[in-house]
Amino acid sequence: MSFWEFTVDASYFVAAVLFIIGLKRMGSPKTAKSGIKWAGIGMVLATVVTLWHPMMDAGFFRYVLILLAIGIGGAGAWYTGKKVEMTGMPQMVALYNGMGGGAAAAIALIEMYSGRAFDHGTTVLILAVLGALIGGVSFSGSLIAWAKLEGKMSKTIRLPAQQMINGGAALVIVLLGLWILTSTGSAPVLVTIFFLLCLVFGVLLTNPIGGADMPVVISMYNAFTGLAVAFEGFVLGNAAMIIAGTVVGAAGTLLTLLMANGMNRSISNVLFAGFGVDDGAEADGPEGEMKSVEAFDAAASFAYSDSLIIVPGYGLAVAQAQHKLWEFVQMLEKEHDVDVKFAIHPVAGRMPGHMNVLLAEAGVPYDKIFDLEEINAEFPNADAALVIGANDVVNPAARTDESSPIYGMPILDVDKAREVYVVKRGKGTGFSGVQNALFFGDNTRMVFGDAKQVCTDLANGLKQL
Amino acid sequence: MITGFVALYIFMLAAFTGYEIIGRVPAILHTPLMSGSNFVHGIVLVGAMVALGHAEGFWEVLIGFIGVILAAGNAVGGYVVTERMLEMFKSSKD
Repeated sequence: MSFWEFTVDASYFVAAVLFIIGLKRMGSPKTAKSGIKWAGIGMVLATVVTLWHPMMDAGFFRYVLILLAIGIGGAGAWYTGKKVEMTGMPQMVALYNGMGGGAAAAIALIEMYSGRAFDHGTTVLILAVLGALIGGVSFSGSLIAWAKLEGKMSKTIRLPAQQMINGGAALVIVLLGLWILTSTGSAPVLVTIFFLLCLVFGVLLTNPIGGADMPVVISMYNAFTGLAVAFEGFVLGNAAMIIAGTVVGAAGTLLTLLMANGMNRSISNVLFAGFGVDDGAEADGPEGEMKSVEAFDAAASFAYSDSLIIVPGYGLAVAQAQHKLWEFVQMLEKEHDVDVKFAIHPVAGRMPGHMNVLLAEAGVPYDKIFDLEEINAEFPNADAALVIGANDVVNPAARTDESSPIYGMPILDVDKAREVYVVKRGKGTGFSGVQNALFFGDNTRMVFGDAKQVCTDLANGLKQL
Repeated sequence: MITGFVALYIFMLAAFTGYEIIGRVPAILHTPLMSGSNFVHGIVLVGAMVALGHAEGFWEVLIGFIGVILAAGNAVGGYVVTERMLEMFKSSKD
C-alpha cells in the first residue's frame, strides 16, 4: 500500500466517523449546531484527499476540470442556500437531494460506459445498474417535487390509467436492467435507453402526487439517494460512500415512515392514491353556527388566563406572522404573567419539524415548544388554546368520526381546553377537504382575518388593556 | 475492492447505525436532520471526482463534469441550509 493509498483510506475512515458523530449530535437541540460542523469537517477532509486518490488517472487539464466543476456547483448552491426563505426550505432540500441522486447516476453511467462495471463480476454490475435506476429516479423525481412546491408546476396532471402506465414503465425498466446484466462488455446504447427511461419513470411517479404529500416523497427520495450513493460506493470500492450512503438510506427510510405515520398515511397510499381522487362520496360535515369575536376580545381573554397553549400551523408561516405572534407572547408572559406553550403537530408546516424551524426563526426558544405526545395531556388543564393557521391537525373528527378520511390521525386535543380561539382566513376547509367540528364547538370562538393582521391586533389589544 | 461478506457486513452495520441515530430524535429536529442527512450523502462528491478523474472520451468526461457539479451542489447546499436552520434554535436560557 502506497503512502497516498493509505492516507486516502485513513481519511475516508475518519470522515465516516465524523459523519456518524455529526448526525448523532444533530439529534439533540443542544448539540445540533456542532453536529453539522463535525460532518462538514469530514466532508472537506474526504474531498481534499480525493485529489490524491490512486484511481485518479488524470492529467493537469482534468484536475482543472474537477476543480472548475466543484467551483460551479459549490458556488451556485452556496448562493441559493444562503438566499432561500425558511418557508422554502423543503423544496430546497429536495433540489440538493436530487443533485446528489443525479451525481450517483452519473458515476454509474461512466462506470458502465467504460466497461469497468462489467469487469468486476455480476454483483458490482447489479449494484451499478440499481444505483443508476435509484439515482435517476431520485434526480428527476426530486426536480418535479421542487417545481411543485416552488409553485412552478401548480397543476397536478394525472394521466388516464396512470397506474397502468407506471406499472408498464417499471416492467420495461426491469427487463432492460436484466438485459444489461446479461450483456458482455459495455452496452452504451442499452445503458443510455435504460437511464433515460429511469428519468421518465421518476417524473411519472412524482407527477400525480399532490403538494401536501410532497414532504413524504422528498424524504423518500433522500433515502433513495443515500442508497444510490452506497451502491456506487461498492462499484468504486469507496468505503466512505458505502457507509455514509447506507446510514442516510436507513435513516431516511425511517424518517419517511415517521412522516407518513404522522399524516396517517401509508407510503403506498401516498405514492399510488391521490387524496380525494378516488373517494367520490361527500363526507357529511358538522353543521351549526361559528361564533366569531374580535381580536381585542381574544387578547383580553388571554391576558386574564393563567395558561395558554398556542397551536401554529402552516397558515401562520405563509402569512409571515410568527414574529408578530412571538412579540405578543412575550408581552403576555412579561406583563400578564401567563404561562404560554407552543404545541406542534408532527406534520405542521411542510414537513415534520418545519414549524419548529419557522418558530426558531422568529426567536421562540425550543424549550417552549412541545411535541404532540408531550402536550396533549395538558389541554384539559389549559385556560385557553389559540389555533393559528392550522385545521386538520386539530379536528376532533379524527378521534370520533369513523367515516372521516382523517379518522385515526393523531391530533392535538385542542377542543379539551377551557376556551379555544381559532384564527382563520375564511370559512373554508383544510387540505383534506373535511369541515372541522372544532370550529362549531361551544367553547370555540373564531377570529377571522389574515394571521399577521390578527397577531398585530392581539398585541395592540394587550396594549390597550 | 470491498467484496462479498465484508461488503455485506459493512452495509448491515451502517444500516443499523442510521436507524438508531434517527430513532430517538425529537420531531422538532426532523427537518434539520433530513437536511443534514441530505448533506451527508453529498459524499457522492468524492465518487464523482474519481469518476471524472478516470473518465475517457468526450461523453464520459461530460457526464463526469456534470456529476461533479451536481455532487458539489448537494454537499455545499446541504451544508449551508442545515447550518442556517440549526443556527436559529435557541433555548430560553441562552
